[in-house]
Amino acid sequence: MQQLVYKHTLANGLTVLGEPMPWLESVAFTLMFPGGTAREGAQRLGLAGMTLELSQRGCGRWSSRDVVEQLDFLGVERSSSVSSFYTSISMSAMASVLETTFEVAVAMVREPHFPEEELEEVRQSALLELAAIEDDPAQKCFVELKRSRFSEPFGRSSLGSVQGVETVSHADCVEFHHRHAKPKGAVLSIAGRFDWDEFLKIVERNLGSWTGDASSDLGQVEPQVASVHIPHESQQTHIALAYDSVPYQHPEYYRGRGIVGILSDGMSSRLFTEVREKRGLVYAISASSHSLKNCGSVLCYAGTTSARAQETLDVTIDTIRSISSGIEPGELSRLKSRARTSLVMEQESSASRSSQLAYDWITLGRTTTRQEVLEEIEQLTAEKLIEHFSKYPPKRWTLVTIGPEPLEFHDAV
Amino acid sequence: MQFKQTTLDNGLEIIAEVNSNAFSLSLGYFVKTGSRDESLDIAGVSHFLEHMLFKGTPRRTSVDVNRQLDDLGSQSNAFTSEEQTVYYMSVLPENQFPALDLVTDMMRPSLRDDDFQTEKQVILEEIAMYDDQPPYGAMERAMEEFFGEHPLSTRVLGTKESVSALTAEAMREYHSARYAPNNLCLVATGAVDFDALVEETYRMTKHWKPAETGRKLTMPLARSKDVRMIHPPATQQYTLEFSPGPGYMDPQRYVSRVLATILGDDSGSRLFWELVDKGLADAAVCYTYEFQDCGVFGLYLAGDPDQQQENWDLIQSIVEDASGAPITERELELAKNKICAGILLASERPSNRLFSVGGTWLSRHQYETAAQVSQHYRSVSLEDVQKTFENLKDRTAVRVSVGPQLDS
Repeated sequence: MQQLVYKHTLANGLTVLGEPMPWLESVAFTLMFPGGTAREGAQRLGLAGMTLELSQRGCGRWSSRDVVEQLDFLGVERSSSVSSFYTSISMSAMASVLETTFEVAVAMVREPHFPEEELEEVRQSALLELAAIEDDPAQKCFVELKRSRFSEPFGRSSLGSVQGVETVSHADCVEFHHRHAKPKGAVLSIAGRFDWDEFLKIVERNLGSWTGDASSDLGQVEPQVASVHIPHESQQTHIALAYDSVPYQHPEYYRGRGIVGILSDGMSSRLFTEVREKRGLVYAISASSHSLKNCGSVLCYAGTTSARAQETLDVTIDTIRSISSGIEPGELSRLKSRARTSLVMEQESSASRSSQLAYDWITLGRTTTRQEVLEEIEQLTAEKLIEHFSKYPPKRWTLVTIGPEPLEFHDAV
Repeated sequence: MQFKQTTLDNGLEIIAEVNSNAFSLSLGYFVKTGSRDESLDIAGVSHFLEHMLFKGTPRRTSVDVNRQLDDLGSQSNAFTSEEQTVYYMSVLPENQFPALDLVTDMMRPSLRDDDFQTEKQVILEEIAMYDDQPPYGAMERAMEEFFGEHPLSTRVLGTKESVSALTAEAMREYHSARYAPNNLCLVATGAVDFDALVEETYRMTKHWKPAETGRKLTMPLARSKDVRMIHPPATQQYTLEFSPGPGYMDPQRYVSRVLATILGDDSGSRLFWELVDKGLADAAVCYTYEFQDCGVFGLYLAGDPDQQQENWDLIQSIVEDASGAPITERELELAKNKICAGILLASERPSNRLFSVGGTWLSRHQYETAAQVSQHYRSVSLEDVQKTFENLKDRTAVRVSVGPQLDS
């Protein structure tokens, strides 16, 4: 199916991207604007998330309750989140209700009521979320991994800290929103069943008068070598591990991603085979490519009962390093086959295309097509991957473990 | 969209929702077996067996199985519940035959001893993983207490003890008893070539012999119990309550689901506005579980241990206030819109339709389009929801609470 991606820049600097998928009945859009956790003051950790939550408690002509009721009435599925540099609102619905749905999202960004009397409720919710993650060691492991590896201010979690959440004031939220929610540096993407010209008119009507510039650049991310153990009375030890790789915008990104695929994509991947299938050490093991601005990393996770944790860590690292001794033709062909299939299946979901368009734009400054990604993947050879692995070998390791005992890992310290 | 169905001579059912415009197809075997079909001495065997089906057949080693799943570029997995075990793959249409060949072959596994021993370690890791999650332990305990002597009380994963003691021989016996063709249903959705699917499945399975494969259906006795558990490392307190609800065969289930949405959906419900939105609780929800012969109406609360009793009392006052705060037309309309939009949005992917089509067929021997399923919810009346709401006051319930300390 021919892929068409539209792009338009409003006079205020907002980038609008659209990918029609007329075979679907649904439409999805994503609005990403500057203002992530890296912009919070050091004493206000949690501010970005609290601001986002408060901005959705009444906006435009809708009260706090009306926002939820209106979106439920329209049958809209929605999510919103905060990352290091951006705040993001995504909605998907049947095509017939696009305009009203879009108006609600715009009101959250442009006309939030910020009800002062609801700040304490938002604060209590944020504190409860911080408590909840203590009971989910696998997730906590990743929060701590990012905190250790990307350090201040890039490694912050959207959950913030207890001290930060307790400190945030109503004025902080209002100021944070008005300073960062700006069209220049923001992107709006839409995918699914819609008419591009009609949608641009709606966008112009709702966002044409939005003004303001993005905040200044925060500088480069420098990953940190660290080894952290958090004692926890659990049966399993949770292991989160990171090492250097190339970021999404790097010319050799697909080589780095290809190596991660050989390590972790599918049930025949090396980590699954060596750690789980051959040795039965874990139920869960995975590796994924992660990009934070200029900094590319591979993030790994393994969960195993404590007596076998050291062996699990050692086998995981040996398996990662085994890439340098060669890649089988079958491993490469399976990698390509999986990529081909998932590119085709992408066309079944307006929500995943919409968020991918926005992500491509903020990371690459352009959109990518299926054809382009496919060509990158098809060009991969075992030689190119191994050459890449020797040029960008795993280094600058960060290790976080949660469980009864710490593990030994000399490369991390 | 076209529905097709046939039954082979050996009893194997094949059904498909064919959409020739789809980009992909999904297919899977839905096996009518799960933890409720196990005796206590083999508790966990259905789930363990699900893992073992990936460990090879007389025609394929475990490495071959995993490699071929990936060769097909498939998104594949399996899961086990109380009543079914499902193996599924999503592939491009040109891979229909190799996908079918692989997943059909997997239904006749070798169950080799050494693979059994290695995989046992993986299952024990999975049990340990869930043991570290206090709400999961509370849920397992609530199932045990609520169902008592009923077969649904058996844990899907089994216990550390039952899995450790399980033998490969007992698993082989269970497999031959439960994976007979008349206990299997092959389900396909999306860009399916149905005629080829039937022809090839027939060729591959014609030598499979049917067997007696019953299931004990019985209504559980209503039980009332209050259990407190301590999980010292926990930070939050988790409380669950199970009371009797409608099963799969009961049309009342649509009413019950609409009521659960109005009272306790994770957004926009009465519990949401009174507890979650106000920052009193991390989660406060209502939900329904449906089984072949019975069902559960559930309540769940997570939050600060010191506030748990007060929050729980508030939940009770909300779910028992049918006369003071009857359901409104507006609430009913919003709940219906939310449920129906969710069904229609999910139905765009053949992989989502697979579970809906397969699940409905397995439980009720019926096919329904996404629009027909939505229609059931659209037809729910205000009177029916209000009546079900009123009945909550007299429910008999099992309650399980777990946290760092015994709550008051």
